[in-house]
Amino acid sequence: MNLDFIIGILEIILIATTPLVFAAIGELVTEKSGVLNLGVEGMMLVGAVSAFVTLVISGSYFLAFLISIFSGVLMSGFFAILVLYLMTNQIATGLALTIFGIGLSSMIGKKYIGTPIDGLSPWFFVIISFVIVFIISYFFYKTKSGLILRAVGESHNAAHALGYNVIKVRFIAIIFGGSMCALAGSYISICYAPMWQEGMTAERGWIALAIVVFSTWKPERVLIGAYIFGGVTILQMNLQALGIRIPGQFFNMAPYVATIIVLVFISSNKLRIKLSAPASLTIPFFKGK
Amino acid sequence: MIRIITFITTFLFLIFGSANADQKKVGFIYIGPPGDHGWTYMHDVGRKYMESQLGDSISTTYIENVPENADAVRAIRKLADSGHDLIFTTSFNYMDQTHEVAKDFPQIKFEHATGYIQADNVATYSARFYEGRMIEGHIAGHMTKTNTIGYIASYPIPEVVRGINAFYLAASKVNPDIKMKIIWVFTWYDPGKEADAANTLINQGADIIVQHTDTYAPCQAAQKAGVLAFGQASNQEEFCPDSHLTAIEDIWGPYYAARAKAVVDGTWSSGDTWDGMDKGMVVMSPYNTKLMPASLIQEAVNMEVAIKDGTLHPFTGPIYNQAGEIVVPEGEVAPDGMLLGMNFYVQGIDGEVPQ
Repeated sequence: MNLDFIIGILEIILIATTPLVFAAIGELVTEKSGVLNLGVEGMMLVGAVSAFVTLVISGSYFLAFLISIFSGVLMSGFFAILVLYLMTNQIATGLALTIFGIGLSSMIGKKYIGTPIDGLSPWFFVIISFVIVFIISYFFYKTKSGLILRAVGESHNAAHALGYNVIKVRFIAIIFGGSMCALAGSYISICYAPMWQEGMTAERGWIALAIVVFSTWKPERVLIGAYIFGGVTILQMNLQALGIRIPGQFFNMAPYVATIIVLVFISSNKLRIKLSAPASLTIPFFKGK
Repeated sequence: MIRIITFITTFLFLIFGSANADQKKVGFIYIGPPGDHGWTYMHDVGRKYMESQLGDSISTTYIENVPENADAVRAIRKLADSGHDLIFTTSFNYMDQTHEVAKDFPQIKFEHATGYIQADNVATYSARFYEGRMIEGHIAGHMTKTNTIGYIASYPIPEVVRGINAFYLAASKVNPDIKMKIIWVFTWYDPGKEADAANTLINQGADIIVQHTDTYAPCQAAQKAGVLAFGQASNQEEFCPDSHLTAIEDIWGPYYAARAKAVVDGTWSSGDTWDGMDKGMVVMSPYNTKLMPASLIQEAVNMEVAIKDGTLHPFTGPIYNQAGEIVVPEGEVAPDGMLLGMNFYVQGIDGEVPQ
């Protein structure tokens, strides 16, 4: 047990948790504006495959991430049009977006499975993930635009009455969420496990959704939630490899149990629920009402 | 409504009526995508081999990414309903689903991979992958410098435990100081988690990574960290050229071709097949000449020959369990029954099999 060993563990935790931070902070911004997008997993997969395919074709990492983020903008823009203008049910549309993303990514990536690429060092993105969380935190609580976004999520009718464009704010929030999810996906296929495999995000999109709830919609708590998820996974691997007898299943379920406990805790007090979840979450906004 | 139904039935009748009456239809159920470069990929290679061997006498279809739950019943039933004569279900946990559908279609033949329950129209088949694990263990025993092997295991089923034991028995024979670090990841398929496990093992001093999961992420992680690794299910050398020592390849093609031929000839009968290197169902990928000394490659090749002619068996006594009790007496080999139900580590491996 020396310093190098501990640093090694921390490095693995940072690398493994970064995609969760990206996806969760993106989804948090979307939800803060009052829209629940369950398409995280689908957008991550499309982001992952478009980055991978772009990299194979062009050889440029920059272009790969750019196209990937653009794919996230397209996917979430599509979602935004459906839920904001056509007033479709957010939960059903989000689930459909995930199913669509799984299929679309498999189709795009079919020819590219098993193409070897050189992975990119993850450290730049690890740092960026922290920076983005703090920027979002600053944006929410120290800027006027952040206040407007939160107001739209709390009461879209009040925000509308004050003259703010609810649809526009939500559209931007959804697109930001989509591009973050795509970034999470491209990080997975380019840095974390440099390859393309169908369904390679392996349910991380759903974990990101759980982290948003765990964080009680507060940006800096996303980091805490994500690092509990990531840390517990890596920690149990280390304990196993050290030969310490703790059932792996227990650690695999521990983060989910923690989420449920937090949920029970925040819902035990009516006031606390009101203070945490955006009050207009999943409620469609009809102009002129 | 009636018109639509009539139209559809006529349409279907035309499709199936016009097909070559002698042509047999063979269907496959896959757990993953055929492009995983692992387990499902090799089944698909087998399917293509079967097509190339039997030509026009058969046609094949497959359904990919079928979860091991009630969805599998629907997928298998879909193949049965659409006139397939022979259906391969290629994962252990399709067992109950295969039997459920097979009971309703007694005229259709089913083949369940890695299963152990047969019926009149359900045969089972598997490969003795542990023979390959023995060779990997032998190589690892010679190649490790830190005397620490990192092993990424999926689920605690006999297939996986058998592989760990076969590996350790061979490795500890050439290098008694060897230590195994085992991480159970409880998934077959999660590139990120497989890479995490590999990195964790490397961080704990392992200089050879062995995996029993489906993607080449661990091999890639080994390549990046500059340690050695074995590929899994197919030759993965192109993904980790400086780490890949060899891999155990699953060769299903000849078996699939033989079984389909039996259906075409009308000679198919149920049974249990468990073949290894002697029948060519388990094959070692080319040994990496850049990494391994020629003498070691020769030893590995000699082991292959000895396994094929039956003079070498990975589970030859004396073998002790962790409690120090003898499980296979000196001079004997473990019976298939013990291998099929293996759920304990042999003496020398730390930790215990998760329950």
